[in-house]
Amino acid sequence: MVETAAATASNNGVREARRSPAAHLAGTFEAASLAGVAEIKEIPFQTMAGIRVQRDSDAGARIAQVAGGLPATCGEVVERDGVSVLWLGPAEFLVIAPENAHESLGGDLLPALTEALGDGQGQVVDLSANRTVFELSGTRARDVLEKGCSLDLHPRSFKAGTALSTEIGHIPAILWKSGEDTFQVLPRASFADFLGRWLVDGMREFASPEVP
Amino acid sequence: MLLISCPNCGPRDETEFHYGGQAHVAYPEDPYALNDREWAEYLFYRDNTKGAYAERWVHSTGCRQWFNMLRDTVSYEIQAVYPMGTPAPGGSAPGTTANTAQAPEGASK
Repeated sequence: MVETAAATASNNGVREARRSPAAHLAGTFEAASLAGVAEIKEIPFQTMAGIRVQRDSDAGARIAQVAGGLPATCGEVVERDGVSVLWLGPAEFLVIAPENAHESLGGDLLPALTEALGDGQGQVVDLSANRTVFELSGTRARDVLEKGCSLDLHPRSFKAGTALSTEIGHIPAILWKSGEDTFQVLPRASFADFLGRWLVDGMREFASPEVP
Repeated sequence: MLLISCPNCGPRDETEFHYGGQAHVAYPEDPYALNDREWAEYLFYRDNTKGAYAERWVHSTGCRQWFNMLRDTVSYEIQAVYPMGTPAPGGSAPGTTANTAQAPEGASK
């Protein structure tokens, strides 16, 4: 019985039918990665919610309670229990949570956020299919990104736990430094193929055997 | 490449921004009172300043917010960045007044 319930929650048929924006690149990513130096993988189907609300309003305070807080300045990320809130603008935020937070898999993040907004001014939109996540990690990850991103990515100015909306390889994307050597790159789904291949191309020199 | 200081995000490359034309062009108080020439002037006629010029920009791949900027059209020097809805610093710089009442050159022919 328990088994059946679990199976219904995670295998309602939709999950198997879904294909992530860079699913076709999985083999390319694996072949291009070199452990510890430069690795890339897609983390598909994250639950994402776009929030537009004034931070200092009542609705903002209610949403902050559900989401774990709303970041105040550019770059700031608030994290609580695996749910991260990224600053996109003075009144615009992106909530990122694991896949199973989506109501199609039994989660309740979006209904909870919508309820918290209530009739306050703002909006809560399910953006789970809007972007995909590439995780680029390794000691050379920063060098790969620096080939196409004009931000100062040196650790003294771009610290772990910061996310900035910018351009990478001329593609608008969110760059989130989630660890010292780990970057999450969030392009829109339609740019996933291009940016995925672009990053693989940038990794090639680091993930190849050194020429003596 | 210009390095533009977004009021929210700090200095970013020009490619992250989009241009919004001349700033401080006020919408006519009563558009129906305008004749065709005045309406056309409101819609299409803009200053073509040599020197300091107030213009609107939006940080489209960043915070997606609009702001005003005072830029020298000759040297590209950015003299000021200030929020929407506030008057241009200095005030007297060309292009910083609302669409001037003067008829454009040749308009009276």
